[in-house]
Amino acid sequence: MQVTINVNGEDHSADVEARHLLVRFLRDDLGLTGTHWGCDTSNCGTCVVLMDGEPVKSCTVLAAMAAGHKVRTVEGLEGPDGLDPVQQGFVEKHGLQCGFCTPGMMMTARALLDRNPDPSEDEIREAISGQLCRCTGYLNIVRAVQWAAQHPAAPAEAPAQNAGRAA
Amino acid sequence: MQVPAAFEYRRASSVEDALALLETLGEEARVVAGGHSLLPMMKLRLARPEYLIDINDLSDLDYLRVEGGELRVGALTRHRSLLESELVGSHFPIFHDAERVIADPPVRNRGTIGGSLCQADPSEDLSAVCAALRATLVVRGRGGTRAIPMAAFYRGPYETAVGPAEMLVEIRLPLVPHSGSAYEKVERKAGDWAVAAAGAALSLHGGRIGQAGIALAALGAATVNSVRAEQALLGQEPTEQAFAAAGRAAAQDCDPVTDGRGSAEYKRHLADELTRRALRRAADRAAVAALAAGAAGEDG
Ligand SMILES: Cc1cc2nc3c(=O)[nH]c(=O)nc-3n(C[C@H](O)[C@H](O)[C@H](O)COP(=O)(O)OP(=O)(O)OC[C@H]3O[C@@H](n4cnc5c(N)ncnc54)[C@H](O)[C@@H]3O)c2cc1C
Ligand code: FES
Ligand code: FES
Repeated sequence: MQVTINVNGEDHSADVEARHLLVRFLRDDLGLTGTHWGCDTSNCGTCVVLMDGEPVKSCTVLAAMAAGHKVRTVEGLEGPDGLDPVQQGFVEKHGLQCGFCTPGMMMTARALLDRNPDPSEDEIREAISGQLCRCTGYLNIVRAVQWAAQHPAAPAEAPAQNAGRAA
Repeated sequence: MQVPAAFEYRRASSVEDALALLETLGEEARVVAGGHSLLPMMKLRLARPEYLIDINDLSDLDYLRVEGGELRVGALTRHRSLLESELVGSHFPIFHDAERVIADPPVRNRGTIGGSLCQADPSEDLSAVCAALRATLVVRGRGGTRAIPMAAFYRGPYETAVGPAEMLVEIRLPLVPHSGSAYEKVERKAGDWAVAAAGAALSLHGGRIGQAGIALAALGAATVNSVRAEQALLGQEPTEQAFAAAGRAAAQDCDPVTDGRGSAEYKRHLADELTRRALRRAADRAAVAALAAGAAGEDG
């Protein structure tokens, strides 16, 4: 069946089987391999992308179910002025080691900050509680999100403010 | 990557459309709501429908409103909406207790109350919540609707009273004056299914327990309401002694099995302890509700 999904702001179509999972559509049909796949039981959360702005596990959504919706992946985080504050936060605070969980963690962090620009540590931990990290012990992921909260993206019309990111 | 066996996909445009599809496609058709129970089961070949009817476009099944002395919840209401709704929390804090510990945020963004109840997994938390609150479930077929009390809806593991060409459309929760409710769950790790859980709802009239609902999750294939625990409470004062009697009755009523989450003996202990804890909190909340109603000059 023909499926059209808006991914990172652009419509993409592919002819897929009904059983095709969204994670596969992103990775195999669009070549967006930033979204990872780590389990068959909907538990690990490494496949998290944003669907209509909210985190979902792309291994547990059919591509057909996502048709007509807006999907955002880690490839869509970076803006014209450079890395998203969340990405920069992971750099600044060493929020990753192997990097396998990182795309999902960053998408969840982005959605959290979009709704709640100043989350408490508990709120950050709750937001990422559906996602496993086998490396970091989570502490630096929390710090990375806190860093991003403290360094929000400058409004588009004032790109000079981006200097704050280097702090 | 594990994928489901092949099937045909249809997207329903209305409840009538979904019901018509269910009827024409026959017994091998299933509706998919959040898909967070069904798709994992299809990956494991525990379910193998030939047709999936996607009901996610039926936004008219996604609502929360008070009407006719009840809170009415559309079947497509997501876990997240239940968790974030002040209306739900103010009338039935048990929902917020439970939703905080159901799965994790991305799962709660997709999973629905209708899917949870229709899945009828003995460990499903919302089945216990709805049983404690004595919910009535509205099931619709092309011939009309029927209202089924929770006790008759749940027919045992993975089985409900919903017919093959029917859908659950609404959950009705009676608003009871001077009442309180609470949910207690023990899980191995964040977001996991219950080792055991208990929900309690009660109302207070003149210092005594008027109505009581006690329901258990993950404590046996068939147990939802603990009738003996409920009977132990009726007409009693809300004391530690009464809660202990209800806890003991719940432990007798349940039928847990030993598995990776714990021994039957441990789970039976939890049935007792969690029932008491849920009752304490439910009674405190009922007392607050009774005080607030008294201050407002209402008569319960
Ligand atoms: C990792 C993970 C952890 C979880 N942890 C918990 C937990 O701790 N506690 C808990 O309670 N749940 C848990 N769940 C289950 C979660 O709550 C699911 O969202 C829920 O069980 C099913 O809701 P759904 O909308 O996804 O249903 P679906 O998977 O879409 O459907 C489930 C079943 O119900 C049927 N159905 C759905 N809607 C209707 C309707 N309106 N009318 C008739 N039939 C219908 C479907 O045909 C299917 O048979 C977990 C799930 C996952 C993936
Ligand atoms: S791949 Fe593990 S939850 Fe999606
Ligand atoms: S950085 Fe390795 S799993 Fe998180």
